Amino acid sequence: MPIAKVNGVETEFEPGMTVLQVAERAGHEIPRFCYHERLSIAGNCRMCLVEVKPGPPKPQASCALPAAEGQEIFTDTPMVKKAREGVMEFLLINHPLDCPICDQGGECDLQDQAMGYGRDGSRYAENKRAVEEKNMGPTVKTFMTRCIQCTRCVRFITEVAGVPDIGMISRGESAEITTYLEKNIDSELSGNVNDLCPVGALTHRPWQYHYRPWELKKTETIDVMDALGSNIRADYRGSEVMRVLPRVHEGINEEWLSDKSRYVVDGLTARRLDRPWLRENGKLRPATWDEALGAVAARLKAAPADRIGVIAGDLQDAESMKATLDLFRALGSANTDCRQDGAALGHGPRESWLFNSGLQGIENADAVLLIGVNPRVEAPLLNARLRKAWLKGGLEVGVIGEQVDLTYGYAYLGAGSKTLAKPPKSAMDFLTKAQRPAIVVGAGALRGETGPAALNAIGALAKKVGVITEGWNGFNVLHSAAARVGGLDMGFVPGEGGLAVADMLKPGALDVLFLLGADEVDPTGSDAFRVYLGSHGDRGAHGADVILPGAAYTEKSGLYVNTEGRVQMAERVVFPKGDAKEDWAVIRALSGYVGQTLPYDTLEQLRARLMADHPTFGRIDYLAAPAAFDPSTLGAKGDLGDVAYVSVVADPYLSNPIARASATMAELSAQRTQPVVMAAE
Amino acid sequence: MVGLLEDKDRIFTNLYGFQDWTLEGAKNRGAWNATKDMLDLGRDWIIDNVKASGLRGRGGAGFSTGLKWSFMPKEVKDRPHYLVVNADESEPATCKDREIMRHDPQLLIEGCLIASFAMQAHACYIYLRGEYVLERERMEAAVKQAYEARLIGKDNVHGWDFDVYIHHGGGAYICGEETALLESLEGKKGQPRLKPPFPAGAGLYGCPTTVNNVESIAVVGTILRRGADWFAGFGRPNNTGTKLMSLSGHVNTPCVVEEAMSIPLRQLIEDHGGGVRGGWGNLKAIIPGGASCPVITREQAETVLMDFDSMREVRSSLGTAGVTVMDESTDIVKAIARISYFFKHESCGQCTPCREGTGWMWRVLERMAVGEADPSEIDLLLDVAGQVEGHTICALGDAAAWPVQGLIRHFRHEIEERIATYRSRRANFAGHAIAAE
Repeated sequence: MPIAKVNGVETEFEPGMTVLQVAERAGHEIPRFCYHERLSIAGNCRMCLVEVKPGPPKPQASCALPAAEGQEIFTDTPMVKKAREGVMEFLLINHPLDCPICDQGGECDLQDQAMGYGRDGSRYAENKRAVEEKNMGPTVKTFMTRCIQCTRCVRFITEVAGVPDIGMISRGESAEITTYLEKNIDSELSGNVNDLCPVGALTHRPWQYHYRPWELKKTETIDVMDALGSNIRADYRGSEVMRVLPRVHEGINEEWLSDKSRYVVDGLTARRLDRPWLRENGKLRPATWDEALGAVAARLKAAPADRIGVIAGDLQDAESMKATLDLFRALGSANTDCRQDGAALGHGPRESWLFNSGLQGIENADAVLLIGVNPRVEAPLLNARLRKAWLKGGLEVGVIGEQVDLTYGYAYLGAGSKTLAKPPKSAMDFLTKAQRPAIVVGAGALRGETGPAALNAIGALAKKVGVITEGWNGFNVLHSAAARVGGLDMGFVPGEGGLAVADMLKPGALDVLFLLGADEVDPTGSDAFRVYLGSHGDRGAHGADVILPGAAYTEKSGLYVNTEGRVQMAERVVFPKGDAKEDWAVIRALSGYVGQTLPYDTLEQLRARLMADHPTFGRIDYLAAPAAFDPSTLGAKGDLGDVAYVSVVADPYLSNPIARASATMAELSAQRTQPVVMAAE
Repeated sequence: MVGLLEDKDRIFTNLYGFQDWTLEGAKNRGAWNATKDMLDLGRDWIIDNVKASGLRGRGGAGFSTGLKWSFMPKEVKDRPHYLVVNADESEPATCKDREIMRHDPQLLIEGCLIASFAMQAHACYIYLRGEYVLERERMEAAVKQAYEARLIGKDNVHGWDFDVYIHHGGGAYICGEETALLESLEGKKGQPRLKPPFPAGAGLYGCPTTVNNVESIAVVGTILRRGADWFAGFGRPNNTGTKLMSLSGHVNTPCVVEEAMSIPLRQLIEDHGGGVRGGWGNLKAIIPGGASCPVITREQAETVLMDFDSMREVRSSLGTAGVTVMDESTDIVKAIARISYFFKHESCGQCTPCREGTGWMWRVLERMAVGEADPSEIDLLLDVAGQVEGHTICALGDAAAWPVQGLIRHFRHEIEERIATYRSRRANFAGHAIAAE
């Protein structure tokens, strides 16, 4: 490896590194505003100036300068110090002194670096510049007077998010960051610009003036808004989660987060179930836990085993699903299902329901066929990865399903089953010719009557074009629910002769229907005695006979398995609301009432049981190497029918009970369905 | 004789448009003569001769043109090569390229062909300043004539497929910076790029590109026809050749004139400008090379020569040789404040020191022009100029700082007097006590 000298100390570096990276490697902090590892280099803030020999006798922008063998880099000479002070002064002369009312205060790069690298006073005697605020939509609050024109937001939105919505107009002092025609940012990753903004120009609109950063306590946990399992940090004050920020996880979310995962937190305090309810004479009344559990147990014991059933929801942790499954199996019921979307998955090897190439691995694919899936709404960060690979070149994408703007170019092959039944030869060539082809299939293609046949056809196609080879498995199922893979891994599917979701909901099918946080199905057609255990008063609770208050994902420690099969543990951030309990504990208590006491008294014992029964749960944050399997045996041969494959997520901002309780999600949803009308001035 | 250069040695023989500008007229004056023979001698011969002539870029920086050409990759690989001609002549007091494009466009087109051949480019873009409407029409007509005569284009008489495209800019000064020009040419916002990579490695659309000034290209044909020695015979070593110089301001006969390099500035003004208004003794200051060059005083102007090295010795710059003469009636502080306003207005806003510093300098200067300042602010202004200079992506930051530095270097006493006068008239002066709230 080449060697450069940083402040006289020899430092090895990898070819292609910049001077800034070499200096960092040598342990010297280089101040910066515009530079960001995951964005293109702009070199415009000039804060990272260092002295480099050989070179011109003036400071150089280290973020953009390639390091070279034998180079001498100086980060602390008088010239560098003066240059930094000068740039800092320029940045501050037109920056308002409103830190005390600025949401960025306390976690502001400009504040910190002004302390570290600036002068103590101001020499600027002129009037400061003021800039009009801009509308950027429901997620981004602007204070453009504070902007230092680093253009991180512009680069993120154009490069990563892939929408041309933010740019810099005008020039010189009048240069402004804006959304051109003051339109909303039409991206599901827009919140990241607030993280990227080094000053308080772009801040989180939904949380404006809600907190000061130093009041918050921080818990590192896992997001459940989609099936990726993004790593998040939930900040809370008292009993309330105030905000959610991304954590770095290269394999999943890099350091981004989707707007839904981020801004759904206000839904955690609205429409919550905080006490048990019992329906008497057609009316719900508040009840004690004892009354409520007793009523449920009486019904469960009275009904024949094949007349009781349970549906698990999209946000459930693995422990509560395991306890529920154990209880219903103990009661003799085979009517258990976790597939609210009705996808024909869950039979066959584990690989048949996983995103086998891995979220990071999909970047290595050179051809991707999307079937019945819209990654932009189902998993925005996966979509960003696909865009990244596409931008880098060498990735071709084909789509069977909806023709929507995915932020990258693709070949549109057809709308649904007709195309899948007879794939056009020329269109499939790009898969066969590819070295590492991948198929990404969503529940949009696998649900309904024709689901098993579609799965079979897709499996056969996968085998034909060779998506599974030595060291590469490109058979990818993209789930839309955080709980799904965990449920399938533990076999939360109908047992021998058991009913699936759609059958359980039919009139007269069951005597007791237990909804474990299941809100995406419509239970109103069922005439069974309905029990709902969950966190929000949503569809599942609507019309239920007994309501048992549970914990939301920030209120319990739980295991979640993401779409690629990676097990991750979420941590409790705050306690459940009111009388609500953690879901597994409710089930454990209920098991005692029905006389089938489950053999675990603590969460640890439950986890031990889960891991003993299903060893895949035992390895946290572990991604198995791609294993080969025969996809052509999946599903069942049959008529594909004439079905258009549309995404199961009709509106990502209203796709679960927490989102439906969130005012911010409602705003985003309204923006999505009814774009703001603009005057054509 | 007037000046140093004899008529027989002029390259731009139709500089004033007294003769026919069309292809026919240009051919009569020698353009396109033996171009084919020059190309037949090979690209190395061309580059060597341009190097030997000592031609330094005429756009202001004065970098050796032949050397610049030799930075292009020797072989065309996967990416095509491009020549881009910088006709975005926006430097205040500079109006030389305009005359070439108006009256001798064929010399430029011929130069484009030769330069493109030397760098193995098949396409050349001429980026015209937005305000140059007549020049665009002329150039387009001239290019059309050259195409019709099969001097350029596919299968032309010179045996080197070659296309010329005229691109009309939007009128931004910054688009005269070579990488901002390339951005603008690509259809993006005109903002300078980071260097490296330099255009010779990755320029227009990421392909190897050379950007040259109009004059640098237009003289190439004649240099090769008459020989590098002939061109190198003018001026001092390292500052050779002839050069278009523009004279404006307080001279009796403002003009653009082709002169030998290293002509004494005073002789240039006396011979071609008809002397300073009110006589040499009435001279106050001269900006020798366009607005970005620091001013020089009368004492310096008496001995300085119009070349790169001599101007550097007086801590100024030859720039584009756009000489602005200011007599004693000039309010020099106000004049530099106006120049400062120009740079503040034309800053692209991309990088911090220039975006923030140009406005700061202008505002302080405007106050100084009326005396409403504190004497300590003179040093502050100098310090701010130093914080801008050399800290920016492109040279506009330097260009904005130099006039201010020149002003304080030579006319500090005037600012001090201005402040003293302002204060003497007032019982309470505000000074610079404007609250920065």
